[in-house]
Amino acid sequence: MNALSRRRFLKISAATVVAAGMAGRSSRALAASATPSGGTAGVRTIPTFCDICFWKCGAIASVRDGQLWKIEGNPLDPLCQGRLCPRGTGGIGAHSDPDRLRAPLIRTHERGEEKWQEVTWDEALDYIAVRMKQIAAAHGPEAMALFSHGIGGTFLKHTLKAYGTPNMAAPSFAQCRGPRDVGFRLTFGDDVGSPERTDIANTDCLVLIGSHLGENMHNTQVQEFATAVGRGASIIVVDPRFSVAASKAKFYLPIKPGTDLALLLAWMHVIVTEKLYDADYVAKHGFGFEQFAASLTSYTPEWAFPETGIDPDTIRATAREMARHHPATLVHPGRHVNWNGDDAQRSRAIALLNALLGSWGRKGGFYQPSSMDVPAYPYPPYPKSGRSKLDNPDHKHPFAHEALTTGIRDATITGKPYPIKGWMVYATNLLHALPNEAETIRAIQQLDLLVVVDVIPSETAGWADVVLPESTYLERFDDLNPEYFRQPFLGLRQPVVDSPHDQKPNWWIAKKLAEKLGLGAYYPWQDIEEYLAHRVTAAGLSYPELKQKGIILGQRQPLYFDEGAPAEFDTPSGQIEFYSLQLEKAGFDPVPRYTPPAAGPAGSFRLLFGRAPMHSFSRTQSNRLLSGLMSENTVWLNHTAATRLGLKTDDYVRLRNQDGVLSNRIKVKATERIRPDCVYMVHGFGHTSRGLRHAYGKGASDAQLVTRYQTDPLMGGTGMNVNFVTLEPEV
Amino acid sequence: MTEFTLFRHTPGIDPTLHIWGWEIPVYLFLGGLVAGLMILAGARLLIMRPHERQAMVCCTIGPLAGLALLSLGMLALFLDLSHKLYVWRLYLIFEPTSPMSWGSWILLLVYPALLANALTHLPETIPALAKRAPMLVTISDYILARPRLVVAIGLANITLGIALGIYTGILLGTLGARPLWSSAVLGPLFLFSGLSTAAALLHGILVFTTPDAERPEFADFLLSLLARWSQARPLDTRIAPTLAQADNSFLTIELALLGLLLIGHLSSTAVHQQAAWLLLTGPYAAVFWIGVIGLGILLPLFLQHLELQHRIRHTLAPSLLVLTGGLVLRFVLVNAGQASHWAAMLN
Amino acid sequence: MSRYIMVIDTKRCVGCMDCVVACKTENHVPEGFTRDWITETVHGRFPTTNLEIRTERCNHCANPPCVHCCPTGASHVHARGGVVLVTPEKCIGCKACLAACPYDARFVHPKGYADKCTFCIHRVENGLDPACVSVCPTRCMHFGDADDPQSGVSRLLAARPHHPLLPEAGTQPRIYYLT
Repeated sequence: MNALSRRRFLKISAATVVAAGMAGRSSRALAASATPSGGTAGVRTIPTFCDICFWKCGAIASVRDGQLWKIEGNPLDPLCQGRLCPRGTGGIGAHSDPDRLRAPLIRTHERGEEKWQEVTWDEALDYIAVRMKQIAAAHGPEAMALFSHGIGGTFLKHTLKAYGTPNMAAPSFAQCRGPRDVGFRLTFGDDVGSPERTDIANTDCLVLIGSHLGENMHNTQVQEFATAVGRGASIIVVDPRFSVAASKAKFYLPIKPGTDLALLLAWMHVIVTEKLYDADYVAKHGFGFEQFAASLTSYTPEWAFPETGIDPDTIRATAREMARHHPATLVHPGRHVNWNGDDAQRSRAIALLNALLGSWGRKGGFYQPSSMDVPAYPYPPYPKSGRSKLDNPDHKHPFAHEALTTGIRDATITGKPYPIKGWMVYATNLLHALPNEAETIRAIQQLDLLVVVDVIPSETAGWADVVLPESTYLERFDDLNPEYFRQPFLGLRQPVVDSPHDQKPNWWIAKKLAEKLGLGAYYPWQDIEEYLAHRVTAAGLSYPELKQKGIILGQRQPLYFDEGAPAEFDTPSGQIEFYSLQLEKAGFDPVPRYTPPAAGPAGSFRLLFGRAPMHSFSRTQSNRLLSGLMSENTVWLNHTAATRLGLKTDDYVRLRNQDGVLSNRIKVKATERIRPDCVYMVHGFGHTSRGLRHAYGKGASDAQLVTRYQTDPLMGGTGMNVNFVTLEPEV
Repeated sequence: MTEFTLFRHTPGIDPTLHIWGWEIPVYLFLGGLVAGLMILAGARLLIMRPHERQAMVCCTIGPLAGLALLSLGMLALFLDLSHKLYVWRLYLIFEPTSPMSWGSWILLLVYPALLANALTHLPETIPALAKRAPMLVTISDYILARPRLVVAIGLANITLGIALGIYTGILLGTLGARPLWSSAVLGPLFLFSGLSTAAALLHGILVFTTPDAERPEFADFLLSLLARWSQARPLDTRIAPTLAQADNSFLTIELALLGLLLIGHLSSTAVHQQAAWLLLTGPYAAVFWIGVIGLGILLPLFLQHLELQHRIRHTLAPSLLVLTGGLVLRFVLVNAGQASHWAAMLN
Repeated sequence: MSRYIMVIDTKRCVGCMDCVVACKTENHVPEGFTRDWITETVHGRFPTTNLEIRTERCNHCANPPCVHCCPTGASHVHARGGVVLVTPEKCIGCKACLAACPYDARFVHPKGYADKCTFCIHRVENGLDPACVSVCPTRCMHFGDADDPQSGVSRLLAARPHHPLLPEAGTQPRIYYLT
């Protein structure tokens, strides 16, 4: 399925020569940025890229008199345009976080008791290697699994592939963007990608469905969102909560949670029946439009009204608004879209609505990204695995094109199709990321080995047999980032300061572990810079230049169909699939069909969660700079509902879910900014790891309350907005 | 429906200003009290009737107590400073727009004025002390031999007393960001509150020291403070009618000024009205009505009225009530003032 | 003469607090304190709700009560741009300026002196924007000279409706919010 996008990667390799030619101009830009502030005596600046989230913005760190002072956006970076988000700006707090892991730890008591003994790196890695060899001998190397998030996991993946396991997954698919990618692949034959190929900067009409840009601080998107607002673009926001984005909107649709698909179908009904769609585009690129159009007949705005709570006039007005601005209308695909278990089909409906508006491949819609061709390092071939991946047995979810974390978890619990006896977890806090933490703990208890590599003592680290303290991104090299974006570029992460204690970079950990496992041949390079320089040189670029500038730009490729970007669709029909034969063949609805969401127990509120701009997942709450901006989360409760319950802002409550699970205490935010049938909280708080001294017990964790989830039949995503809570005042 | 969320938790500032604790109210109280003592001492010095006990207490004991109380007040003020090592910076510059700068220079003049007033009649007030330090007699003789110097000392005490008393009010009054304080009435209010507490203190001292002798030895004076705390004493028509009368006048004026302050706020903008309601019905209402108005003004007014009509004995009660009331007034105004805010308008 | 002002576009601001954290790192503001901050004001009843987000800081008032009340001259108006500054070595920590500020923009630094926003004068004098302005991902903040009619801030004020905060407090604040 990836063949086409890979082809596009290759086209760009010629561009690298041009990029080298631009060096003169670029280094002047750097010289200007190298003195970012007054009083620069004793100040040294080093370009790198950020790792507080996965966006990988180019940054320039300033070190004053040997002390890390500040970090600012790299003006050369096409992603951040010289401006980091608050998490990036506060990233230096990760370096100075007094709660961070300092030395390798081996468990001395029961799992989960967080009792450790500090050991040397040799002892820790020997301990791991011995057990990994035992697992391979007893169960085969496939019995080790890797959970990894972000670019830092590259080398651990390499080591584990060399070890012989195919089982590696990230929560970013089945717990985050998976349904969206599947929905768009089924329709356009291609992913939305990350960074998303959304042309927000040029859109005339932006539709956000549950996407809370501005609170969700993906830097490029928020910058472009502000640009769109500044240009007076028409913004339509669909959200049960009056988000920050909603406050900028021309139309705010306070939808009943879980009914977005009904709204999408009604919108498409209006656009099709009123013949507002891009007929030429549909005729030229569409497949199965007639059957699709016919399937919409009954989805009138009047039908959608009782489902969604959005009145028919508003549905019609917003549909016409989108059509008026097409093709520069962007119905944003969102990112964290595992909501109700019908998410791939809902995402497909978003893709179809975009297809009707002709926005895929068009300015102000979805552009065609490209990246620079940086060859992989010539490693020896990995050993052939005797057994295939076990996360999605028998392709139960036929459209899962990435591995399912929850599938590995299931296999670990059941031992089927074959046992999993070891987990290595890199930079992801599974207990906060996966639904139903009791299941995760049950799986952990089946393991012979749990290794956690992280910067901070997460809840998951609390259950580990071995905890390996990683250097923060400000203290290490990582793999190169040849970004797949509007403007292709190559980014380098390099150390700015030394690790303050006995932390090590992941590449060092992965290499040493491989050597202890007898897999040293897979690391022919001695030092990471040898690896990096080799790849950069192989791409025809200058490594010293990359080190000096942090970023090398590639040549821009056509972004839109009418600029010459190829209108190719990697679907079975080679066209935009309004009607999906592959879905039909697999026994699913070939066009999206609406099923009303199940209601919760009487008197309960649907639990919704989202992001705050100053925190990344559950990773930043002990960062003193960022927790200074927000140290605990609140539960948003409609003002009228709060009055009825006798609650007011800043009262502490505990949330009890439908299965009796009781949360940490959390403050109420009684507000006119949310529907009365749901509550909302920011994800990532309510830490229970005692090592996170600063964050311990502050706010509540939504993950703890997500005991139920609805699995998406198409791709195995875990819809998590299906939990209901009541509020219990904390006396 | 308005919801206002402030994402700031600065210590001392949020949720409402609370930068000034006990030190500033205590300082303002003592400063006002000393101002009152100076005015009474200065006035008494100008119309001195030798050998009258009340005059002795006013002109000598008052200023001596004033020197001690002012030092305590300055200590409180110093304790409040958060950058203490730099306090000398006050005396490198005079900032005409800053009441605190005025205050610091006034305080510098207050000490010698108080001392001069105390020294003028010290030998006759405390002969035992004069015997041990003949220098005191020399100084006293020197001053008393020069009537124009006596007048100058008296006038200086009156003038500086007025300045000091008004300054303690203006200090708050110019901080317009706190609506409760932003009133020119605060100057005279603190002045007259200071006068009432000063008169009450002097009256109290007289009550303490009366039964034994017309001119107590200094040691006797101190002993009497301890020993006769609760001793009932016979009806004494000779004690301090002037001071009690004066005190009643000051209290009446103070009450009127408080009324003016509140009327001014209530007839002003919304934030000033809100500030006034903090005292009238808000979180400070109980202390304001009971502590300041009831026990601090009305009850002593009534008691002293009865004393003056010779219907009850002179007791310590009114002076203690007035002194406490004066202190509570400073606490209420400083605390409620910090809680009053323009930001109400931002919501 | 120059008169530095800030113009902030509330339409673009998303309240991400990048300005707050950028100020903290740039100026070494100690943990627990802040020189700038965010406010959110919500009017109306769901779902016809209105939200205004503002980034706030010292308004560098043209009529600065904090300077007027300072007994030592520690709080002063800088010759360049009329920026209101504090000289720590002159401050005695009397806190009158904290009480005098209707915006609560000042605080007592743990070292004892009064502290607040400086408009990053150390950056401005080197031709840079204040840290909060330069970092803002939404580009909602603008800094410049109001006395120069050609400056970006002057043109914004000429073109769009705006208001300062608490003009009724009489301090002549110099941060303007575009609405």
